[in-house]
Amino acid sequence: MKVMVPVKRVVDYNVKVRVKSDNTGVELANVKMSMNPFDEIAVEEAIRLKEAGKVEEIVVVSIGPKAATETIRTGLAMGADRGILVEHDDEIHPLAVAKILKGIVGEENPDIVLLGKQAIDDDCNQTGQMLAQLLGWAQGTFASKVEAEDGSLNVTREVDGGLETVKLNLPAIVTTDLRLNEPRYASLPNIMKAKRKPIDEKTAADYGVDATPRLKTLKVEEPAAREAGIKVESVDELVGKLKEKGLI
Amino acid sequence: MPTYRAPIKDQQFILNEVLNISNYSHLHGYAEATPDLVSAILEEASKLVENELQPLNLSGDHEGCTRHDDGTVTTPKGFKEAYNKFVEGGWSGLTADPEYGGQGMPHLLGLCLEELLVSSNMAFAMYPGLSLGAMAAISIDGSEEQKQTYLPRMVEGAWTGTMNLTEPHCGTDLGMLRTKAEPNDDGSYSITGTKIFISAGDHDLSENIIHLVLARLPDAPKGVKGISLFIVPKINLNDDGSLGDKNNVSCGSIEEKMGIHGNATCVMNYDGAKGFLIGEAHKGLKSMFIMMNAARLGVGIQGLGLSEVSYQNAVDYANDRIQGRALSGPKAPEKAADPIIVHADVRRMLLNCRSFNESARALAMWAGLLIDISRDESVSDEERQWSDDIVGLLTPIIKGVYTDRGLENTVNAQQVFGGHGYVSEWGMEQFVRDARITQIYEGTNGIQALDLVGRKLGGNGGRATQAMLKMLGDFLAEHKDNEKLADFTGPLADGVKDLQNAVMWLMQNGMANPDNAGAGATSFMHLMGHVLLGYMWTRIAAVATDALANGTDDPAFYENKLIVGRYYMNRRMPEIKALLAELQAGADDVMALDAASF
Repeated sequence: MKVMVPVKRVVDYNVKVRVKSDNTGVELANVKMSMNPFDEIAVEEAIRLKEAGKVEEIVVVSIGPKAATETIRTGLAMGADRGILVEHDDEIHPLAVAKILKGIVGEENPDIVLLGKQAIDDDCNQTGQMLAQLLGWAQGTFASKVEAEDGSLNVTREVDGGLETVKLNLPAIVTTDLRLNEPRYASLPNIMKAKRKPIDEKTAADYGVDATPRLKTLKVEEPAAREAGIKVESVDELVGKLKEKGLI
Repeated sequence: MPTYRAPIKDQQFILNEVLNISNYSHLHGYAEATPDLVSAILEEASKLVENELQPLNLSGDHEGCTRHDDGTVTTPKGFKEAYNKFVEGGWSGLTADPEYGGQGMPHLLGLCLEELLVSSNMAFAMYPGLSLGAMAAISIDGSEEQKQTYLPRMVEGAWTGTMNLTEPHCGTDLGMLRTKAEPNDDGSYSITGTKIFISAGDHDLSENIIHLVLARLPDAPKGVKGISLFIVPKINLNDDGSLGDKNNVSCGSIEEKMGIHGNATCVMNYDGAKGFLIGEAHKGLKSMFIMMNAARLGVGIQGLGLSEVSYQNAVDYANDRIQGRALSGPKAPEKAADPIIVHADVRRMLLNCRSFNESARALAMWAGLLIDISRDESVSDEERQWSDDIVGLLTPIIKGVYTDRGLENTVNAQQVFGGHGYVSEWGMEQFVRDARITQIYEGTNGIQALDLVGRKLGGNGGRATQAMLKMLGDFLAEHKDNEKLADFTGPLADGVKDLQNAVMWLMQNGMANPDNAGAGATSFMHLMGHVLLGYMWTRIAAVATDALANGTDDPAFYENKLIVGRYYMNRRMPEIKALLAELQAGADDVMALDAASF
């Protein structure tokens, strides 16, 4: 089997994000960037499937600026086999991403597309679902467990009421949740090897996709600062205050 | 609990912009060490040290190592698992020869990793750190068979190494050592004696420990010319290289000590242990110095690493802790008090640390580059010798100055915490205790100063010293018309002049009365340290002014370099004047008091 893992370059989860002074977005200049943590889990899961002998090849794909090559290399250093960079400098939205991925799927013919359920920058949680619809494939979203069988996958999903297990006929889309696995550290020899693994370079146009955003961001603002609370002396006072505010 | 963020951005700035390592692709490993690969390596290393090693630093200090009744030694909780991750990641082989399974990366990069390891967990870092010294001695002086036998497993990290020099009655003066080596019929030797203060002497991290032990053969001449070096494995090897019986070497006890509690400092008893001669008989000290020079640089890096991590935590605290108001009026009027970082004296302590850290990092990395040059066959003999000469001067300075400053800076950072710096839960007092040993081991700092003044300064007719002074003079001449750099070249030129005067004074007065050299050695070492750190700041400032002039997407980074650099030039370099005066005061007042009157 072949697995394709789309990965996104995002602001590192440790960075305290700041809004740009002109309120057009989040400050990205000189900010540490790394692989979206959900995608890292997807790469790890693909490698575990390979180590279990279920998968022969892992292709890591990223759509983003030239620097996203580093993100692909991170996946290669963890153990993926080769990469595809779709170079795109401007803002891009889930539908365009899904369309590009569909184009890549058409060339690569993977059995599974394994990707993060969402990216920690825009929190869209749409790409996997859109891609499943465009391809007409089965989808197992929010996976916390993945078991490969012949021609199918059992995916355990985290749903509101608990866990739900679905059986997907291949080919299929799986989006990963945080509890699926704990990604490994890349070993030094694998980091060195990753340098020699091939990365193809493409553009959105190669797949006939118009990646122009369909949405316009009007304004990005910091959340309002929390104001100091007050201390109440008694339960009666608390109830009084709540009534005053019309909350009870 | 303290935190740590690996300063890999600064390391990459030094590699790519200050040292320009892309100009050295002819050196071993440099062609491969492209910026993107180096970035990937340092990124992954920082994940390991921040997430796995740093969280064990405080707990490892509190728990310490344990020697059990059966003589086995265990490390603090979590060390074994962390070491396994270190080994699985292949980190012990970063700079090792690919022939033995290493990655063959520049030693310069090894220094970068070393700093991260030390800052995150110095006691832990010493286990793989001592292996590096042992591997260096085996790779340089070992026979082909010895290399094949030991190096692959050591490079892998499955086996670790130690250095055994000190005995109860001899540390600095190794000529007095007594451990005996009796030849056996099979060509091996029986080693008998007691070694003390052996870092990582016994532990549960690796399946075997390869001790490198100094001992005397029966026909050995007296003194340092009769010392040989032996390989003594903790577990004997079978003919096929697999692990056999336990050798007759054991840990008699572990020392109770001031700091580095997570590292087992052992008394090692050799009771007819089976050993193998490495290198030539009676020439062991030479081999030991291979390890020693590498280790001295490593200890200097420990001073830097502790200074960096304690600085980072002091900055966080100074921004968080609100207390009193700024002298010039409230800076955070919405709060009950201002964060203490508004106070000039708090800033003074923080900047003393930072202005040292950034130039000391650059100077140590430059030394790492020169070491790589000095060992590379592709380089001309002349350039190799020049590099080796400069490294010879830098080694005692990096060891001595960095560790004196290291302690001073951990104390500065601790001081920022007030009373909280003195209680153990904040972790700041641990940095102070851990730093203290760095001034002592691998040759006390007094010995470093004597090595610099007595051996290095005048060695080969003063060749290295002249090369260093010429380099500084050429550098100043090159930048003398650069007005933007005048804030830096001015104080540096003064410092170089004072350094010349100090050298001259030592030449004239140290020969006539060696006590003059002894009494001034430490002052001289620190004087030269300031000049070299000022030189590095000037190099950094030259890069920063160019970057700002040519346009950069990160102007704050370069502007901050200039601000911190000016602090060093204006506020730290003046110490040179006092050090020169102290040196020139000579030995008379030092030697006048009768020993019995002390």
